[in-house]
Amino acid sequence: MTVTETTSTSYASTKVRLTPEERRERVLGGVYFALAAFVFVFFALDPSSADDATFNLSLGQDRFDLSWTFEPRLIAIIVAVSFVVIGILQLAVGFGRWTNMVLGFSMLLFVIAFLGWAAGGQAFSLVGMLSSMVVLSIPITCGGLTGLMCERVAVINIGIEGQLLSAAFVGTIVGSSVGTWGGLVGAMAIGALLGFVLAVLVIKYQVDQIIAGVVINIFALGLTSFLSTRVLGPNPQFNSPGRFSTIAIPVLEDIPVIGPMFFQGNIFLYGSLILVFALHYGLFYTRWGLRSRAVGEHPKAADTVGINVYRVRYRNVTLAGLIAGFGGAALTLGSTGRFEENMTAGVGFIGLAAMIAGRWRPFGVLGAALVFGFARAMQQKLGILGTPIPSEFLAMAPYILTIVVVAGLVGRARPPAADGQPYVKE
Amino acid sequence: MTESDVSEPDPTEGNAGGQPASRSKLYQEITGVGGRARDALLVPALAVITALLIGGIIIALSDVDNLRLFRTDPLEAMNETISTVWGAYRSMFVGAFGSINAISETLFAATPLILAGLAVAVGFQAGLFNIGAEGQIIIGGMAALYVGFTFDLPGIVLIPMCLAAAIVGGGFWAGIAGMLRAKTGAHEVITTIMLNFIALYLTQWLLKTTVFQQPGRSDPISKPINEGAQLPYLFGSEYRVTIGFLIAIAAAVLVQALMYRSTIGFEFRAVGANADAARYAGMNIVFLTVAVMFTSGALAGLAGANQIMSLPPYQGSTAFSGGIGFDAIALALLGRSKPYGVVWAGILFGALAAGGREMQGVERIPIDLVEVIQALIIVFIAAPALIRSIYRIKTADTSAVQITTGWSA
Repeated sequence: MTVTETTSTSYASTKVRLTPEERRERVLGGVYFALAAFVFVFFALDPSSADDATFNLSLGQDRFDLSWTFEPRLIAIIVAVSFVVIGILQLAVGFGRWTNMVLGFSMLLFVIAFLGWAAGGQAFSLVGMLSSMVVLSIPITCGGLTGLMCERVAVINIGIEGQLLSAAFVGTIVGSSVGTWGGLVGAMAIGALLGFVLAVLVIKYQVDQIIAGVVINIFALGLTSFLSTRVLGPNPQFNSPGRFSTIAIPVLEDIPVIGPMFFQGNIFLYGSLILVFALHYGLFYTRWGLRSRAVGEHPKAADTVGINVYRVRYRNVTLAGLIAGFGGAALTLGSTGRFEENMTAGVGFIGLAAMIAGRWRPFGVLGAALVFGFARAMQQKLGILGTPIPSEFLAMAPYILTIVVVAGLVGRARPPAADGQPYVKE
Repeated sequence: MTESDVSEPDPTEGNAGGQPASRSKLYQEITGVGGRARDALLVPALAVITALLIGGIIIALSDVDNLRLFRTDPLEAMNETISTVWGAYRSMFVGAFGSINAISETLFAATPLILAGLAVAVGFQAGLFNIGAEGQIIIGGMAALYVGFTFDLPGIVLIPMCLAAAIVGGGFWAGIAGMLRAKTGAHEVITTIMLNFIALYLTQWLLKTTVFQQPGRSDPISKPINEGAQLPYLFGSEYRVTIGFLIAIAAAVLVQALMYRSTIGFEFRAVGANADAARYAGMNIVFLTVAVMFTSGALAGLAGANQIMSLPPYQGSTAFSGGIGFDAIALALLGRSKPYGVVWAGILFGALAAGGREMQGVERIPIDLVEVIQALIIVFIAAPALIRSIYRIKTADTSAVQITTGWSA
């Protein structure tokens, strides 16, 4: 096995075997060249790219009317050339700690080339797609934050999917009886209850954490489907909770592009954004956060200095359930306004992937959730444009993206050291 | 805290309370659960019974009209509740064991469950949690379907060809997750779930292509497989159970031999018991991880082949997997990841499925209740301390089961 070291800039040039980082840099270099070829062949050479595309950058009711018209072919060629340059730079000198930034930028370039190609000869509401990206990312963000809060205290929560689904269901039933605010409270309560059940199973009974989470998922799916058929079916009045209305933030809502995305939402949008800030502050700047992280990294040391490891875990996993409940309510009370069987369709797991991609940090979770939300929004909106890509493949995109993310194309992230291990006090 | 029943000598052997040691050995061979009958069967039995009791409570509480009746006429409402729950479970029992046809239905439903349960069990024994049996069932079934309608050959040739295609298809699909785990550390729980969704959408697309779609149809329905690929009935055409059941039993025997009588099976279990030690002993972890996932996926693929090849009208649709891949997780846990344990658990779950259909048809109680009961069974199996504290019993086996590994491991 001959391995040349000429292209790598890493300090470990005396080693024969590549470190994971070096291997990743090479793989990335190859990925950029592949992307360049792909963009050139499929987007630039495609005859439909000769027709102008128009991106609408404002919604109908917005104060400013903006749009951008361009020739997709030109954009595709520019993007392809950029990829070649980035690929050469990646292999020749590498980007060091900017690697992920460059990767993110490249994804953006690719998406622009792709959307331009898809919109060739038509008009396309870019802002409409971006705002639905934000809306679709809300439950993913909440799921990711739930996982983050649990894993920071070393409890793996695979049951987020079940928590979201149960919360969506309870939110609908309670909301139909006592109004949307009551529904939200009910949803958050059931989320917290399932969080507490998970905590009891993994802390008190030391059930394998992943199995405990899977149990919650199967239980939630089975019970909500059962009750949906048996209770909601014959009593449709229980499945019409109404929805939280949109609250536009004055002034800010008029900012082009950003306004329709972030300042024309409902309480779930603002709530999840506030949660991201609050959790970031809480985890890294308060005593609670320090103690939580200590329990997640080294429970024995935390115990030694007098932190009650079990209590911290119980409290955080249960509180995290409130966030899951909030996210679950967003699915019904915040968007569709009715419950459907298995309506989460993997959102909880995508939230977990967002947590891993976001490196167990609240803002990282938000960023990753937006990327996943974008993939889902693309599936919804591209159907309108009538691309030759079958809709099934667009529907696969978020799931493929999740695999790419956990497989570490965005780099290997380090989970809390004690993650997944039960703590037994001596 | 990993489960370490791989090399540990059975602690109860030899002091089996006057029973000859050979009998307990025989019992262990048959059930695959090990130890004395009381210890081996008490917790699973109580787990099933408790789950059924809680299921009854759920039936009672979800009857909205009857709950209203409690306000006006509590006695009548109580009567009504008891008769609803009793009726539900009676129809469940009748549907599962009440007649020859019911038993045939139970075995028919058990067939894919046993195969998929074996898939998850093989993964568990090697420390890998394959939640993706559902996707592997889909891909394996599609592979068998393709071979089944493409070639028109006699059954003796075509059936093995279809089964081989299913093994390769399911094994490949799981092998992706195995490869990702071994090479990049991507956790198989997330990758296999994502592969489930991808398989589902891939199938939805494939079933609308000219290769698969039944000519003249616009919905995703495939051409039927040729007659040679249809699995023959086991007891004649009036009962639905096919030789697929025998294939499932044979698979269990083979898995038992593979895991406990072969070198590679030993290495699988060694990796599951302690991956670091296995690596130190010179085992090729990358190869073993992929091989375990391939074996697991191959078994799930066979379950998918069974869904296509033993179920009239022998066509592929978007829902032929029917959630079996998720039931398989509960099944593998109930069977303690032992092949013969999985067979018995599969028959029990087959009975729940067949009975659940009868319950849904006769008593109008949604079959989703079966899922709830299964989830409860897993909880009680995974946390035996719960059962012990409910019934205040003592069993030899006191440790909770730790099977899976965290993200970083």
